[in-house]
Amino acid sequence: MTCTEFLQILDNVIDESIAAETRAEIEAHLRKCGHCEVVLDTTRKTIEIYRCHEIYELPTEVSERLHTAIMDKCRKAAR
Amino acid sequence: MSTIQSVAGQTEQHPDVALVERVRAGDLSAYDTLVRKYERQVFRIAQHITQNREDAEDVMQDAFLKAYEKLDQFQGNSKFYTWLVRIAVNESLMRLRKRRTGRMVSIDENIETDEGSVPRDFADWAPNPEQNYTQSQLADILKKTIQGLPQGFRVVFVLRDVDGLSTEETAEALGLSVPAVKSRLLRARLQLRERLSRHFKNRTPAASQPDAAPSGNGVDA
Ligand SMILES: [Zn+2]
Repeated sequence: MTCTEFLQILDNVIDESIAAETRAEIEAHLRKCGHCEVVLDTTRKTIEIYRCHEIYELPTEVSERLHTAIMDKCRKAAR
Repeated sequence: MSTIQSVAGQTEQHPDVALVERVRAGDLSAYDTLVRKYERQVFRIAQHITQNREDAEDVMQDAFLKAYEKLDQFQGNSKFYTWLVRIAVNESLMRLRKRRTGRMVSIDENIETDEGSVPRDFADWAPNPEQNYTQSQLADILKKTIQGLPQGFRVVFVLRDVDGLSTEETAEALGLSVPAVKSRLLRARLQLRERLSRHFKNRTPAASQPDAAPSGNGVDA
């Protein structure tokens, strides 16, 4: 497996949708290729960081206000 | 709204199905439950597309009202949430169009770039790189980094990786093909990784981080 081939299936590796026979090839490539290993680790980390940190917080008082407004509008729209 | 056949076999009924049924039968409290369940996600998506808090608040309200009014058109072969996201994405794009009058805005905007599709930075990251920053510094880095992505990549990343939709659901919500979602997701992930590397790579953290805004691609208003 080349680095280019590895990159092409990087998403599948991250999403863990890899056929068993390809897995051995991937592991072999990662054992000898530090670059791809770093790319895999840091891409995983990237996803994890974005998943764990809400960057657009919705403060409770704002969400309450919006929630009330939404339900008022729906009540009016209800036949 | 296009009706897309469900890909996975529907073995178990999603809990939203019963709520939607109740709303259709006139039970507004069931809709209250659905709004509460998804309001944060809808707000987040609207904020990622519009990049404007006021617009995101408006979009959130409009999207839920529209979903309520159009609930009769909702077909049970997609998830309620996917259908709702599609409405929220369209409302967000409409809002953007209003802001930038005269310019067409679509989810395809700004994707003609190969930037970052090939990794260049192979430095490993510090073990817990987030811990080198305060919460607000980190939020700032994450925000600026994702804002620098083309919109069409950003939304795919948020739906797929932050929201946890499947590739098929993301495609449906955005009106894109599955291969288009896959190619954008890979590039979004790689570009974010590359940009975050500047901040997170393994070295003694500088006292103050330079503003690593990439050239070109500036989406910030
Ligand atoms: Zn390699």
